[in-house]
Amino acid sequence: MGLLSKKDAALIKDPLADNNPITIQVLGICSALAITAELEASIVMSISVLFVLGVGNVVISLMRNIIPSKIRIIVQLIVVATLVIIVDLVLKAFAYELSKTLSVFVGLIITNCIIMGRFEAFALGNGPWRSFLDGIGNALGYAVILIIVGFFRELLGSGTLLGIPVLGDPIEKTGLYAFGYENNGFMLLSPMALIVVGIIIWVQRTRNKDLVED
Amino acid sequence: MEKRTDKNSYTIIFAIAMVVVVGVILAGLFGWTKPMITVNEEIEKQQNILYAMGINNNDDTSANFVSTDEAPELFKKYIKKQLVVSSDGKFTENNQAYLIDVKKEQAKAKAGEARQLPLFVGEDEKGKKYYIAPIRGKGLWDAIWAYVAMDENMVVQGAYFDHKGETPGLGANIKQRFFMDDFIGEHLMSNGNFKGINVAKGNADPKNNDKTDNEVDAIAGATITGDGVSAMIRSDLKLYVPYFKTLKQ
Repeated sequence: MGLLSKKDAALIKDPLADNNPITIQVLGICSALAITAELEASIVMSISVLFVLGVGNVVISLMRNIIPSKIRIIVQLIVVATLVIIVDLVLKAFAYELSKTLSVFVGLIITNCIIMGRFEAFALGNGPWRSFLDGIGNALGYAVILIIVGFFRELLGSGTLLGIPVLGDPIEKTGLYAFGYENNGFMLLSPMALIVVGIIIWVQRTRNKDLVED
Repeated sequence: MEKRTDKNSYTIIFAIAMVVVVGVILAGLFGWTKPMITVNEEIEKQQNILYAMGINNNDDTSANFVSTDEAPELFKKYIKKQLVVSSDGKFTENNQAYLIDVKKEQAKAKAGEARQLPLFVGEDEKGKKYYIAPIRGKGLWDAIWAYVAMDENMVVQGAYFDHKGETPGLGANIKQRFFMDDFIGEHLMSNGNFKGINVAKGNADPKNNDKTDNEVDAIAGATITGDGVSAMIRSDLKLYVPYFKTLKQ
């Protein structure tokens, strides 16, 4: 990447694999379980977090020298909540349809521990530009896992992708269902998201032994 | 030496300043967007009511409202009467009935006051009449609500479900066609008594061919939301039974 120095590029690249917020830092698990039953919801959530984490990291970074350390967590929480409410109100006024789709995610964004985690671990100690890159990088790392989990859960659980049937019709018994294939309803429940995330962690740590803790 | 930002006085002043700044920003924004949001919400109600009686832009699989520009006009065209019904079946006409807040009315009923029940009487091009009632209840996380269009025998002709915060991919699917369309043709009455429609797990009728069994197929992984749908149909639509009885006389 010619635009970014090697150190800056690492801020974007590391969270995608070897320092992934979900599989390595184990943050943001709650929303990864809650909303990955469908691919579309995973994508919407990823975009929302990308925005909030990118902007939030910059805001916190700009304020880092004036935030009193005793109440920094509360300040971080207020910044996230304010950002999310501003976005929600503006969407409700100017893009009502879109806001309906997003409204269920609002609460989940505020409580996403990746956001608080990056504020605390990075934005409080780094400049705005690097914080922005870190926010985008971590949000993308989060997005990658969410989309992989959403892909498998929707495909195996409902036989659809983005709501479009890809394996045939389970009631009319066409396509794959004609051979006795059944949707696995268990994939739609949260425990399976945990198992899918677990499999990703397993694969990742088998390929890169450095990630294995003693 | 203690840092300036570690002092108690600094912390308190910072907290107060932050609350004031955030409060002013949010209050200002809220005041500015409020009128636009109100208009959007009113149009949405009109779209919901029209959707229930079959006036929508549905394609093969997805649920689509009529456009926001057309909604107020179409609402005037198709909704012939707006009524406020009371629990004994008496009614008055009120062309602002669609603005009645079902949530507030439910709270009134709980406090022992009389509840106003809005009902919209629509008529399509063929002269077929639809009686559309708004209902409201609780899902897993938050409120769920619906507009149910019925004929004069309380057979469902169409329904639009919505929710505030059900789980995406699970409970949130009550607003998908595959769930809402199952209600079309279902009977609310059974042998002359009100029975409602149960969102049933392990239903022997997944294709929903039997319209008189007072059951539709539940969504996998969304038990509580489904139970909420059954409950709000049972409790809220029941209140309209006396009105429908007067239609027969």
